Amino acid sequence: MKRLLVLRVIAKELIPFMLLFALYVQFHGELGPGGGFQAGVIIAATVVFYAIIFGLPTARKVVPDWLVETMMPLGVLVYAGVGFAGLFLGGNYLDYFVLDADPVHGQERGVFWIEVGVAITVAGVMLKIFYMFAGRGRSLDE
Amino acid sequence: MMAATVAVMIVQRNLFAVVVLSGVYSFLMATVLVALDAVDVAMTEASVGAGISTVLLLGALYLTGATEAKPVARPWLPLAVSLATVGILVYGTSDLPPFSDPGSPIFQHVEPRYVSGALPETGIPNIVTAVLASYRGYDTLGETTVVFTAGAGVVALLRRRRGRGGAEAKP
Repeated sequence: MKRLLVLRVIAKELIPFMLLFALYVQFHGELGPGGGFQAGVIIAATVVFYAIIFGLPTARKVVPDWLVETMMPLGVLVYAGVGFAGLFLGGNYLDYFVLDADPVHGQERGVFWIEVGVAITVAGVMLKIFYMFAGRGRSLDE
Repeated sequence: MMAATVAVMIVQRNLFAVVVLSGVYSFLMATVLVALDAVDVAMTEASVGAGISTVLLLGALYLTGATEAKPVARPWLPLAVSLATVGILVYGTSDLPPFSDPGSPIFQHVEPRYVSGALPETGIPNIVTAVLASYRGYDTLGETTVVFTAGAGVVALLRRRRGRGGAEAKP
């Protein structure tokens, strides 16, 4: 599909907005619907979209394999790290009240970081599965 | 409409149509979830069910071939088992409290605490997020670990096969 001009232009226009929407879903998840999981899926979907239009090798250059493979455990580590941060600051595991002087602020901070962790892991896993599937045959653009 | 989608999916032998219809089914399901006021779940259903899994299934189709083979044997026993399970489950629903009955047990146990306590205790207006990330933080950590483990499992499986000698056809 590399040669279709309309698709390429539209994709280039759309992708920044898709990523922006993912960030909105991520950080607005405390106020409206959404959260880490959905944001991670949207990020992965953006890259999948890019891979379908511009070909898998190009997408692999933009989001390389090592990055995807690092993202998978990194998210879990961020999540678990928030738990340990609570532990070191004198609370229980995954206790957010101690993360800030004001307990409500601490809660918000804790939730923010664990949502980041969830998003990183989900995006990494979805992308990795897509790469593994799409990389098995010929690349998608043929 | 959902029943019609499922019926066509069962009859249809062209797997490409089946994949597209399963995406349609996911979008219809998302609509139902919005109607039930479960916007977070609807969003997940639309993005995962209709988006990512459709792409993955299409990728799998690309590797295998787009028509379903005729079944060798008539699977009467599995059909009977699933119908029996459906019967038992439907019988079970007759004992459930009516939909959104405020006196039912799920609204009595921890739910009042969540609804009244989420905003002052966590400062998060979206109760779903508050429950998911704060009150049930351990569960979500486990869930994230499950996602990670699933990804690692897929990587382990597909890597080994590729190393053994190229893309042999999937069973």
